[in-house]
Amino acid sequence: MLSLTPKEISDRNALTVNPAKTCQPIGAMYAALGIHRCLPHSHGSQGCCAYHRSHLTRHYKEPVMASTSSFTEGAAVFGGMSNLRQAITNIFHIYDPDVIAVHTTCLSETIGDDLSTIILKARDEGLVPEGKWVIHCNTPSYAGSHVTGFSNMTTGMVKYFAQENERHREQINLIPGYVEPSDMREIKRLLAEMELPSVVFPDTSDVLDAPQQGAPVSVGKAADIYPKGGTRIRDLQSMGDSRVTLALGPFASENAAIELENRTEIPARIMDLPIGIAATDRFIQVLLETAEVLEPPASIADDRGRMVDIMLDMQQYFYDRKVAIYGDPDQVISLTEFAVSLGMKPIYVLTGTPGKRFDARIKGILKDVVPGARIKSSGDLFLLHQWIKNEPVDLLIGNTYGKYIARAEDIPFVRFGFPILDRVGHSYFPTVGYRGGMRLLEKMLDALLDRKDRDDPEERFELVL
Amino acid sequence: MSQEIKDLPPVKMEEAVEEILKVYPTKVARKRRSHIVVVNPDEGQQQIEANVRTIPGIITQRGCCFAGCKGVVIGPIIDMVHIVHGPIGCAFYSWGIRRNMGRVQEGMKNFLQYCFSTDMQEENIIFGGEKKLREAIREADRLFNPRAISVHATCPIGLIGDDIHQVAREMSKELGKQVLSFSCEGYKGVSQSAGHHIANNGLFKNVVGRDDEGEEEGFTINALGEYNIGGDAWEIERILKNCGIRVLSTFSGDGSYEEISRAHKAKLNMVQCHRSINYMADMMEKKFGIPWVKVNFIGVNATVKSLRKIARFFDDRELTDRIEKVIEKELAEVTPQIEKYKPLCAGKKAMLVVGGSRAHHYQELFRDLGMASIAAGYEFAHRDDYEGRQVLPTIKIDADSRNIEELQVEADPERFHPPKPEEVIARLKEEGTIDSYEGMMPSMIKGSIAVDDISHIEMEKLIRRFRPDVFCAGIKDKYVIQKMGLPSKQLHNYDYGGPYAGFRGAVNFAKEMAMLLNNPVWSYVKPLWEKEPEIRAEFGNK
Repeated sequence: MLSLTPKEISDRNALTVNPAKTCQPIGAMYAALGIHRCLPHSHGSQGCCAYHRSHLTRHYKEPVMASTSSFTEGAAVFGGMSNLRQAITNIFHIYDPDVIAVHTTCLSETIGDDLSTIILKARDEGLVPEGKWVIHCNTPSYAGSHVTGFSNMTTGMVKYFAQENERHREQINLIPGYVEPSDMREIKRLLAEMELPSVVFPDTSDVLDAPQQGAPVSVGKAADIYPKGGTRIRDLQSMGDSRVTLALGPFASENAAIELENRTEIPARIMDLPIGIAATDRFIQVLLETAEVLEPPASIADDRGRMVDIMLDMQQYFYDRKVAIYGDPDQVISLTEFAVSLGMKPIYVLTGTPGKRFDARIKGILKDVVPGARIKSSGDLFLLHQWIKNEPVDLLIGNTYGKYIARAEDIPFVRFGFPILDRVGHSYFPTVGYRGGMRLLEKMLDALLDRKDRDDPEERFELVL
Repeated sequence: MSQEIKDLPPVKMEEAVEEILKVYPTKVARKRRSHIVVVNPDEGQQQIEANVRTIPGIITQRGCCFAGCKGVVIGPIIDMVHIVHGPIGCAFYSWGIRRNMGRVQEGMKNFLQYCFSTDMQEENIIFGGEKKLREAIREADRLFNPRAISVHATCPIGLIGDDIHQVAREMSKELGKQVLSFSCEGYKGVSQSAGHHIANNGLFKNVVGRDDEGEEEGFTINALGEYNIGGDAWEIERILKNCGIRVLSTFSGDGSYEEISRAHKAKLNMVQCHRSINYMADMMEKKFGIPWVKVNFIGVNATVKSLRKIARFFDDRELTDRIEKVIEKELAEVTPQIEKYKPLCAGKKAMLVVGGSRAHHYQELFRDLGMASIAAGYEFAHRDDYEGRQVLPTIKIDADSRNIEELQVEADPERFHPPKPEEVIARLKEEGTIDSYEGMMPSMIKGSIAVDDISHIEMEKLIRRFRPDVFCAGIKDKYVIQKMGLPSKQLHNYDYGGPYAGFRGAVNFAKEMAMLLNNPVWSYVKPLWEKEPEIRAEFGNK
């Protein structure tokens, strides 16, 4: 069980061991699934598409449909234009999506396929049926991470669908960021509670948490592969008419919001993912300003009150506890702030996604409470494990791959982030907002108290808290 | 225990196939037509198209060459550090997902739970990644000091022209240990299959036969094409050990570099997954004279047959007696257990589309349970896996296969030691005990369907048309099938259960199949108010 990891930390310049990130296309595929009746398309060799579908399926336990350009050696040498043209023709004929969302892979990026031109040409030649769309984004796997890929596909949605302000609508755009379908659902609920009409994109709720309702009846020749969720095209097309764009999570959502601002002058407000008390408060504050009201509805205020109540009731179990947090930057930033608000000490904070902004943000959050914290972007779990070997923590929070470290070092572990391959719940129950915060609190507290119950000597094993 | 089901759904199969193909544009339909065969032994040898390109845009279940090389064959070797040379994704997705289990032996290191990558960045792609690879190998060696190291190239590496083989040679010299390199870029070939071939070539050229130390006495064999998913290899080894047969090495589940180095000392190779490893069996026979026997340990009867095949090969009175005793004892143990589950499974119809040989193997286990397969296919097989090895000479080599190196192998002058006299070998070949595989189609029921490289829509149409009781596939299909209201069983990953091989594995499978087919949860898929609307009417009745 990772028993070969040495405690001594030595310089590594070339070898990544146990990565805390993956490549761009899977993020692009996930974002594309958030458009209604969209078929994500992977432009490269088959393996990428298979790997991304497999991993997303393992995380969501849901069907993940996507097609591939099926490159062989010939395409790698002569370019993938012919493959993509064939793919577009076949996909519209067989699967009848409203949108094909193409993303590149490191293969098609390296040979330099120009997707804009190929798609334009395909449209000119009538390969794209009337009223249908082929959109794309570039997702070279050798830059950024899956978060970058998500950001690029979301930006691609803006580039293809946003139209100049034609008529002003009383609606806002909301980009929820790289979060679970449950989170997108919760964000939509909050917007509805605030009576804010909105376009939320991408939106994977009812796509990757679709209900089991038995076999639908097969009609005609079209495959029955599109769930009921996803942002509608007409809504995407109306984003240029909105009053403001609220983008949650700078790493995943900022680029799309800025792209839209540049195209349409709709102001972009970038904020943290509303995970934890402080970030959710700021989010609600912005919603209040946007809705031009002074107070949230009682339902939201009550949820907040309940969350703070748990925080107070349980403060002694969190206070001063050392925690290690890793995962995607937007989530880790908010979660670190949340841990601090509970009196915890995040002594190790790490993301695999590159970006010095991450280090600066975390440093800012921790500067007064844990000045000596180890913080790293572009890090890997091997390094995190070495840190923990040198000074253990009371709690580890991160994606499934952390279970190896948790077991090797016997540390309570809360699964959070992407991917979670070995548990369910994450896609059904939110971690954003006050309700999400309550769920996180429950999970963290359970992990700590289960550990206490297991470790306490019999005479200290107690019935009550 | 075996009882054949011969009644197929009352559907005209040929018409059904034509109907399925109607979803495609004409050109695509024509191509796909040759990949779907309605099995009919009366027609004699039937031909199916396989191992050709997938049509772009079709939702396929296939993966890539890298997945076949690193993911399937080389990755499960536990005591090596396997470095993926490329951007991070390929290493990440092939990290721990295939459930190849490995046990740490005394004095051995196990790296299965680690993931190693050069995490190539833009500047490495532009300026070349050889330097970074060299450094990564050094770092891996310094940190972990493994027995050997492998390097696997991903798509962009081939394009930018990093000479990984030269780097590997230099580093082997520098570190004083083997660094193996595999040009298994994802775009090579048409599926995972190309990667298996490349992996086999690499192991054969560089590892097999490397260690001549010591004599291996007794009945020694290698388990080829066994990847120890869910612990399968351990159940097979347990049975063989009780028979007095020693497994020298497993290619490659729970396998080790050390064992594979000595694999050439075995007297017999057993080939479980024909598709992924028949190359190795063939090459080892040519070079070392070790014959191979096609086995299938999936299913009780299949296991018995395989054990008897091995007994027949060794042709040793004591061994044969011991094997028969083991069979008797094991059957006594598992038969009552399987009989318990059989009534819950018998008469049910299955479809199974699995990567390689498993689509064939599991049909035997279904037969044990009184179930029948009405459609089966492979993701990445070749014609010989469907039609039998006798068609090998007739398979035309196309451009995609030509790019995969075909090793010219000759007998090793010092180490070519056939375990039997020439005439015995010839007789065993003649009777089909060794060096023979008849393929999947001959063992399928008349009127059932063989389908190669199934696409999503074909799967959906087959399910809707024939409504099987269970559809066995991989993770990508599992929830698609379940959402159609049908139980799905993963035969790639075993739904995180297993082992399913051997006698005890069959019991595990029977239990899980019985559970899946009869799980009470299925009865809740439709709510009360949809199932029994008359209740509402009664309440409404004043």
